[in-house]
Amino acid sequence: MLELSHIDKYYNAGTVNEMCLFQDFNLTIPDHQFVSVVGSNGSGKTSMLNLICGSIPLDSGHIRMNGKDITRLPEHKRLRSIGRVYQNPAMGTCPQMTILENMSLADNKGRAFNLRPGTNRQRIDTYRESLKTLGLGLEDKLDVKVGVLSGGQRQAMALLMSTMTPIEFLILDEHTAALDPKTAETIMILTDKIVKEKNLTTIMVTHNLRYAVEYGNRLIMMHQGNAVIDRADEEKQKIKIDEILAKFNEISIECGN
Amino acid sequence: MLTTIIGVLEEGLVYAIMALGVYITYKILDFPDLSVDSTFPMGAAVTAVSIIAGVPPVFTLPLTFLAGAVAGCITGLIHVKLKVRDLLSGIIVMTALYSINLRIAGKANLPIFSQETIFDNAFLEGIIPPSLAPYTVLIILFIIVLVCKILLDLYLKTRSGYLLRAAGDNEVLVTSLAKDKGTVKILGLAIANGFAALAGCIYCQQKGFFEISMGTGTIVIGLANVIIGTQLFRRISFVKATTAVIIGSILYKACVSIALSLGGAIHIGRVTISIPITASDLKLATSVLFLIILVLGGRQGKKVKNHA
Repeated sequence: MLELSHIDKYYNAGTVNEMCLFQDFNLTIPDHQFVSVVGSNGSGKTSMLNLICGSIPLDSGHIRMNGKDITRLPEHKRLRSIGRVYQNPAMGTCPQMTILENMSLADNKGRAFNLRPGTNRQRIDTYRESLKTLGLGLEDKLDVKVGVLSGGQRQAMALLMSTMTPIEFLILDEHTAALDPKTAETIMILTDKIVKEKNLTTIMVTHNLRYAVEYGNRLIMMHQGNAVIDRADEEKQKIKIDEILAKFNEISIECGN
Repeated sequence: MLTTIIGVLEEGLVYAIMALGVYITYKILDFPDLSVDSTFPMGAAVTAVSIIAGVPPVFTLPLTFLAGAVAGCITGLIHVKLKVRDLLSGIIVMTALYSINLRIAGKANLPIFSQETIFDNAFLEGIIPPSLAPYTVLIILFIIVLVCKILLDLYLKTRSGYLLRAAGDNEVLVTSLAKDKGTVKILGLAIANGFAALAGCIYCQQKGFFEISMGTGTIVIGLANVIIGTQLFRRISFVKATTAVIIGSILYKACVSIALSLGGAIHIGRVTISIPITASDLKLATSVLFLIILVLGGRQGKKVKNHA
């Protein structure tokens, strides 16, 4: 359970460029819900994710995770139970380290990074197995540096790495936006599979309306720091792309575009 | 000639230890750490004072490493906790340590010529055969450098070492792994300055004195060593980066030595050209050679921060 209550967030507070993004924003995401978030640029989608993860501070309000107030918790401590995949495939992996070393790093999340061997030899077969599920042939390239892989391969690894250890929440920040349509499709199918297998509470920001409609059991459309569409479960199943597009147009006219 | 080669190898090896530290900050963490300019003489100051006070020479090695590590932690804390830019944090610590070093040593110049050192003591005299005597320093240096290299290689393969490499490669991932990237940086700086101080300790015992300005230009030598080594061996995958850095240190020292030996008069036919290079041009030669290496190294002086 993730609760955002009475969130206020201003950018450039106290200057002439002051911009209010969120004012009394509230959102509750129950366990095991898969939320797709859409909205135009600047509508607050990524800011919402950054507030949840603690990458940017909020001005007032509270964020609770499973009932515990995490508003003042630093980013790295929050990410203990959160997996996050970024738009940029380079953010989720270490380019200068090999595939095996990257997998080992991810596997050690939540443990002490002490003087034990970085790679546990007994785990290599497990890594190979999970890489095999990607169907990209990475299981035979364990000693290859991640920097030479393609964006799609790296994003697939980033997804695998962020969900490797037991986590409760998965934050996907336009994670298919930088990929070609076919790779994006593969990554999306893989995402859905992992979310279902691990029963993760997921928030996915996307610009691809088809993914937003097709995947997940709740759809939120953001506009000027508010959720202008919020449908869950059966209501979500009925929603059509045309309806979201119509809303987009309506908003654009309001803004004078 | 042989004496010159031994001299080059000896100095190259001493600076190789410091270069291993610079390798951590510059290549792994991508942090241009200037504090080594003062942690190197700090190592020498601590050594000179300890040896005069009767501390067995071998114990000065871990002692100076610790002292350097503390200084490195301070650079790290200034950068991470007080959010001062990397270059400036190094400069602040470098400047402050100048006074601290004077306080440790008590004066600007502290000789330890008559004292026992790791290179010259009763135990060594007993085990080294007279035929090897001219190479004693070289052999001991080689062993110390080898141990440092192996320890660093082993460390970089531990979980903590993995995290250190990740911190330089992709900070975001360290945060994603629920670890504080600042702590990892501080740790890296501590190890790096530990190595720099250790090099200063060995330099002091080899030369037989501490001198306040002995650290000037240490960072330039360190960077040159690291860049020569990693550039020369970048296509040869079986040579570890640490080995490359050690070989780079010796090569760089050889280059500087050759540059300084160019001084004097050259006769081409009837024309005599005199090149006015003397030993006092050491720092100039050091810098100019470093510049040449930077330019020849394909302008890769700064690690490209482009991850995509």
